[in-house]
Amino acid sequence: MKKKFKLQDLDCANCAQKMEDAIKKIDGVTDASVSFMTQKMSIDADDERFEAIMDEVVKVCKKVEPDCVILR
Amino acid sequence: MSPKQKKTLYRIITAGIIYGIILVWSHMDSYADLIEGRWFEPVVFLVPFLLAGYDIVLKAIKNICHGQVFDENFLMLVAGIGAYGIQEYSEAVAVILFYQVGELFQSYAVGKSRKSIADMMDICPEYANIESEDGSTEEVDPDDVEIGSTIVIKPGERVPIDCVILTGDSYLDTSALTGESVPRRAAAGDEIYSGSVNGNGLLRCRTTKAYEDSTVSKILELVENASSRKSKHENFIHRFAKYYTPIVTIGAVLLAIVPSLITGDWAEWIRRACTFLVISCPCALVISVPMGFFSGIGAASSIGVLVKGSNHLEAVAGVKTVCFDKTGTLTKGEFKVNGIYPFGCSEQELLKLAAVAEKNSTHPVAKAICDAADTSCSESREMTYAFNVESRDGKGSKEGKEVSENEKISISEYTEIPGQGVLVNVGGETVLAGNDKLMNAYGIEFKPVSELGTVVYVAKNGKYQGAIVISDSIKAESIDALVNLKSTGVNKCVLLTGDKKNQAEAVVDELSKDIKKKHPGFVGKLIDEIESELYPQDKVACVEKYIGELNGNGKVAFAGDGINDSPVLTRADIGIAMGSLGSDAAIEAADVVIMDDNPAKISAVMKIASKTLRIVKENIVFALSVKFLVLILGALGFASMWAAVFADVGVAILAILNSMRALKVD
Repeated sequence: MKKKFKLQDLDCANCAQKMEDAIKKIDGVTDASVSFMTQKMSIDADDERFEAIMDEVVKVCKKVEPDCVILR
Repeated sequence: MSPKQKKTLYRIITAGIIYGIILVWSHMDSYADLIEGRWFEPVVFLVPFLLAGYDIVLKAIKNICHGQVFDENFLMLVAGIGAYGIQEYSEAVAVILFYQVGELFQSYAVGKSRKSIADMMDICPEYANIESEDGSTEEVDPDDVEIGSTIVIKPGERVPIDCVILTGDSYLDTSALTGESVPRRAAAGDEIYSGSVNGNGLLRCRTTKAYEDSTVSKILELVENASSRKSKHENFIHRFAKYYTPIVTIGAVLLAIVPSLITGDWAEWIRRACTFLVISCPCALVISVPMGFFSGIGAASSIGVLVKGSNHLEAVAGVKTVCFDKTGTLTKGEFKVNGIYPFGCSEQELLKLAAVAEKNSTHPVAKAICDAADTSCSESREMTYAFNVESRDGKGSKEGKEVSENEKISISEYTEIPGQGVLVNVGGETVLAGNDKLMNAYGIEFKPVSELGTVVYVAKNGKYQGAIVISDSIKAESIDALVNLKSTGVNKCVLLTGDKKNQAEAVVDELSKDIKKKHPGFVGKLIDEIESELYPQDKVACVEKYIGELNGNGKVAFAGDGINDSPVLTRADIGIAMGSLGSDAAIEAADVVIMDDNPAKISAVMKIASKTLRIVKENIVFALSVKFLVLILGALGFASMWAAVFADVGVAILAILNSMRALKVD
């Protein structure tokens, strides 16, 4: 399942890149992209575990860029 | 400016003022007295330092707790503390202050460009006026409109969902979708696409798609996804950024320790190491390169060309061979009757006869004949009507009777002879309509017509009646398109077609006919090679041949109308689908989608791609050389921390401003 999320206060392009790399490493995530330009994130992950994976994504992103909020 | 940015701005200004006061004060006598106490100076400078940079400190602490060692905030903080440690208080504050100013500028510039790109793609309808059964209308979210609902589009409103007009007519501005500035006329029965803007007529329409499947949503999705298909340049920057920060940081540590142990001059080498830390963020590149591509894609979409990814935009710039499909790409793809040669009867009679014979056939040629007969019939009907009004005698009714008799014509026998034509029996008369083979097969003497196109010979009761020529005509823009391609760096243009060789050659001749008059300076051929009588799989083989010919030194593009061309669109380095407004299959298969059917846009998008690539390369070279220069000067002790701040945020801002240029279409 592929889903898109808006990101708030994503201020640094390097962080977007780091977030993308970190999300891709999460188990169950097939593909992910974080666009600094559109301030959007798209995640392709397992259907059944999507919510659990999303919780993990939020945690990972908080680590990289504490200011950035994922609007779910 | 956003509220957050404003807050930062005020903070920086306040810190700057305090810093200025302290600097002025430091030249006075009273200050010199106080400095005797060693604790005084660091504490005084700590005020503007913390005011300007407390968020950096907080973030650095947070991130270091998360194990993010190579975080830019942390490295900035270390640089600041380092400067403090070697008693360069004033410089420490200045670095933090200017770093913050730079960051603010940077976020402002990014926000601005993001907004201008968003405005360019602002084709999203905000609401739809849905009409209920009692005729009243209500504004709703386009997402909530079901297929088959009736919606009302008022003058000046954006078409929210793909729909068919029920009543009303208007001119539609499709410039947001196709880049075409001439409004299109639309009347009842026409399909209209979401994203276009209604002119001055009121339209009542029935929706044919849900909002999420409508043209506008498809386009937005495509453009948004485009930035996730990364170009080679972006991947390079991505890999570079991963290693750059750690390497520079390690370099800084070594620079601080190793020479100091030898020379014993700790303060000097720590100062030099601090310049390293300040330059350690690869931000200029990480922001400006994707932004350049994003702007390029935005610029292309503003002329009605969708590029499905940064990687495709990059590839478009390197196109050396362009293969064109003939029908619908260089030609209009509309078969029309272009010549009527009657033999012993009137033009209209011949056309009518042929139309009766071809009425039941679905062949495009048959359709062209019937369309031509319909227009000529309706013209004659109008003439009859005018005649009626004028004379008011019995003749008019007689004519009218004839027309109705015509419509009742019964076809008792209908045989389609594959590859030849049709044989019909109309009211006891045998009519033949088809090519020369058909005429020969029935032993009919006829006068061959040499004009190019599809020739249909007609015979009645074994007697030749005349011939009708049906042909496709070239698009007016095709010549310019080919000339421009040649001047944009394309070496070879090839025509690929399923048609016969002489037909393909005729099109090329037609294209080259007026070339001297229109483009006196043009030298060479418009179309270098012709490949005819191809089946779809042959087209793939042809494209592969050209890819092999270039051997990696350039890309091969294929431009077609998207129908039946999916395999070759996919196989070519760049598949360009044309006239794709509303065609999902073509949008799916192609890499570049031209919304209207103007082939001249191929060279336009190539120009945008080259410009984008040039800007991206400029940024990479500029940012890298300034950084390396300052790194070397810093290590040698010639660059101050100020220079380092410029190499970090200053370069980033300049690179961002440069990227913005990609948004403009020349």
